[in-house]
Amino acid sequence: MLMQTALPHPPPIHASDTPRLAGDLSVWLIILMELLTFGILFLSYAFARTFDVALFNASQRTLDLNSGAINTALLITGSWCVVRAVQAVKRDASVIGARWLMAALACGSGFVVLKWLEFSAKAAAGIDLSTNTFYMFYILLTAFHFFHVLAAMVFLTILLVKTHAGRYGSQDHHALETGAAFWHMVDLLWIVLFPLVYVMR
Amino acid sequence: MFNLSSNTLWLLLLSATGLTYWVGESGQLGHASMVPVLIIFGASLVKGLVVINDFMELRHAPKLWRNLVVGWLGFVISAILLSYWIGLR
Repeated sequence: MLMQTALPHPPPIHASDTPRLAGDLSVWLIILMELLTFGILFLSYAFARTFDVALFNASQRTLDLNSGAINTALLITGSWCVVRAVQAVKRDASVIGARWLMAALACGSGFVVLKWLEFSAKAAAGIDLSTNTFYMFYILLTAFHFFHVLAAMVFLTILLVKTHAGRYGSQDHHALETGAAFWHMVDLLWIVLFPLVYVMR
Repeated sequence: MFNLSSNTLWLLLLSATGLTYWVGESGQLGHASMVPVLIIFGASLVKGLVVINDFMELRHAPKLWRNLVVGWLGFVISAILLSYWIGLR
């Protein structure tokens, strides 16, 4: 009785003005862990660079800025496509949502192909982890990020199949938002990685 | 930021990437100056904030979560700039 008088109306769930995380808490905890891990790697690169600026600058000149910039545009566009997909599903337009997810996957595939060509070119030039400190960081950072893009693409593919089957809608888009959060994290990491590794000298 | 549509934000993100590319290609970097580095990481900060607040929807999340992720971005970029400054000395 006391409870009833204290709480006459339970607060509405998911009201637009109620703060809430878009996506599952468990994935947000993973995102925090990933940000921490990449943060440590970014700062290790930045401070290792201070010990041999000339070497880092000279080695960085061999990187393909065009490829790095196109890949940035691809990830950004992929993120935007997923935003549009979530918007479409929230208004119960599953078919349109699935198309946007397909477009996002196309951007991700473009990134993977370009990055693979970049890795192959470096390998053909005889560059590996032991070449010098710059290349060690370059390969470690971008390969680690590369695997995250691949993982995110696997999640998106599953979400695409389910979205296409009409499994998500205005009332149920929790899983889609969860996958979207991870996809955006991969984009966010590259947004710091690109100027740091490809541009700053 | 100003409740811009996702399309506008996408164009903003692409423009900021174009700016970073232009600074990289223009040959203004590598002359022991902080200015071009501040520009490219300024662009990175703006892009990161758009992705965090609007794409990841942390603008509407509990404050703690938004502060954690925005704090991460601010800390990482500040530390990178500090390292660059140390490298100049």
